[in-house]
Amino acid sequence: MADISIKGLHKTYPGSTELATNNVSLEVAEGEFMVLLGPSGCGKTTLLRMVAGLDFPDQGSISIGGRDVTYLPPQDRNLSMVFQSYAVFPHRNVRTNIAFGLMMKKVPREELERKVEWAADLLQLSPYLDRYPANLSGGQRQRVAVARAIVMDADVLLMDEPLSNLDALLRLDFRAELKKIVQQLGSTTLYVTHDQVEAMSLSDRVAVMKKGQIAQLGHPITVYEEPADRFVGGFIGSPPMNFLDGRITPQGGLEVGGQSIAAPEFLARAAARTGGTAVMVGIRAENISLEQRGAEGSLDAAVEVVEPLGHATLLTVDLGGQTVKVQVPSTARVSAGDTVGLRFEQSALRFFDTETQLGLTA
Amino acid sequence: MSHATTARTTAGADRPEPEVDRRPLARQRRNRVLLQVACILITLFMALPIYLIALAAMSSRQSLQKFPLSFIPDNFSTETMQTFLQSTGILGGLINSVQVGVFTLVLSLLIGVPAGYAVARFAFRGREPYQLFLLFTRALPIVVLSVPLAQLFLQTGLYDSALAVVLLHSALALPTTILITASVFLGVPRDVEEAARIFGCSPVQAFLKVVLPMAIPGIAAASIFTFVMSWNEVLGASILTLNQRTLPAQVLSSLAESPLAYRFAGGFLLVVPALVFIFFMRRYLTNMWGSTIR
Repeated sequence: MADISIKGLHKTYPGSTELATNNVSLEVAEGEFMVLLGPSGCGKTTLLRMVAGLDFPDQGSISIGGRDVTYLPPQDRNLSMVFQSYAVFPHRNVRTNIAFGLMMKKVPREELERKVEWAADLLQLSPYLDRYPANLSGGQRQRVAVARAIVMDADVLLMDEPLSNLDALLRLDFRAELKKIVQQLGSTTLYVTHDQVEAMSLSDRVAVMKKGQIAQLGHPITVYEEPADRFVGGFIGSPPMNFLDGRITPQGGLEVGGQSIAAPEFLARAAARTGGTAVMVGIRAENISLEQRGAEGSLDAAVEVVEPLGHATLLTVDLGGQTVKVQVPSTARVSAGDTVGLRFEQSALRFFDTETQLGLTA
Repeated sequence: MSHATTARTTAGADRPEPEVDRRPLARQRRNRVLLQVACILITLFMALPIYLIALAAMSSRQSLQKFPLSFIPDNFSTETMQTFLQSTGILGGLINSVQVGVFTLVLSLLIGVPAGYAVARFAFRGREPYQLFLLFTRALPIVVLSVPLAQLFLQTGLYDSALAVVLLHSALALPTTILITASVFLGVPRDVEEAARIFGCSPVQAFLKVVLPMAIPGIAAASIFTFVMSWNEVLGASILTLNQRTLPAQVLSSLAESPLAYRFAGGFLLVVPALVFIFFMRRYLTNMWGSTIR
């Protein structure tokens, strides 16, 4: 168990002019589950590979447990890793696959067998120990990959989108199992994914990345409720956060969709000085509730699409020309074409600068 | 009362069910039979000469004078083979051929497999010209090559030795070995190699423990090419040796004046070891570990 300290990592792939990682710094505490989240090409896998030693940075440093490992080959870093495609060794049976790392470290036979039994038991692989990977299902091969990694008792556990090749139902089950196992082990984990649900459910802290830089770093709920910029707000959460064009009037009102509601203190004060500012308003679908049209403090809107999802109903609503997604309980009786009143929960409103897209806070 | 409704009853007027057309099925069956017949014919085309040679080599000398030769063995004897094996230089030639074949195999694999790995994994400068160049070396006729080689070997004192033939054959085998193994290594997924590195292997260990076992079918194929090429190679071996002849070279030199029986026995002995080698290697040619690539 060790902490990871990443400082100022730059990397450009040969043959490319863009920076894959641009001055990225990150501290992962001992025993912490850190998720790197972002769309494809954001640099999260590059970052993981540099921590693993499979690629080397052009500039910057990486230390694990206080030891500098920036240019150390992977076999000397005392890590273990689960790959997206599992990368189990097809020419060895399950038992030998799991034991591979321990055999390379020349662990004595008794201890090795004990550890392999323990890992196989934890991942329900005990009946399959003598099988070859070609005779296993995708989910079982994935378990072999995880068993091979956890049996090592390494300083750091790395995972590169391990769940993305599983089918949807299996993914859900295994996500919970993975969380339980990692909590039990208490290992420092660095996990890469593009699936924001995985990031929310598994992480102690999440680093949202975009174009080679970290857009926001924080606890998943914080990142969810207080996104640092428009990109983070739109990336996390399903459905994504609604973004509306609005204006803060000098009188302290927030104009959105042609109507006005109260604006927060800090923005009203600033607007009073400057004579009104354009602003981008962010509000999540579940923080909007329906009321009677015309009610005090609500905004009039027209329902366009009703999607019953089972656990809730998702409405697509037209607010003065802008489209808003609203999540209402499945018991709500709404049809397409209804006119409704929208109430935005004041505490859940987020504001973003229209030019920089950064969040505005008090 | 039944609550079940079927599409037919609610559709209104009854329509007769269309007849099942079985003709495509019969067509498929006929095509399959034709395919089998074609396979049998091709196999016969390949196997018949070998069978005839084996038959002739295993018959007594008298039965060979009979014309036409019968297809069924009626006079089995090892007389022909025995006489042949005792002829001058045959046993020595056999030993030389085996020696040269094995050493060529070992040398070309030792050099060719790492070269194939380098071509597959490393984007070094000149990789494409290198591969092209390998193919060009096979474009030269052996006869043209052998004469300057003979001169070179004479100067260095290697002439008329098994080593000279081994060197020539390895040079001839390397292009196919490198290109075959390169394409096989390209088929070994990179992440399996990387996993080996993470779990404690140095680059060489990862190659030996993980990549090589997965590439066995390709290496087996390259081995078959190499051994059979070396075994059958006549021209170069004839020019480079005098007393230390390989079997084909030996047989060739005395072919014109030899009796019929000698020729059949020689042909048989030339075919058999290559066949044996291929039979051995056959089981390594298949995809041994199954497919784990989704």
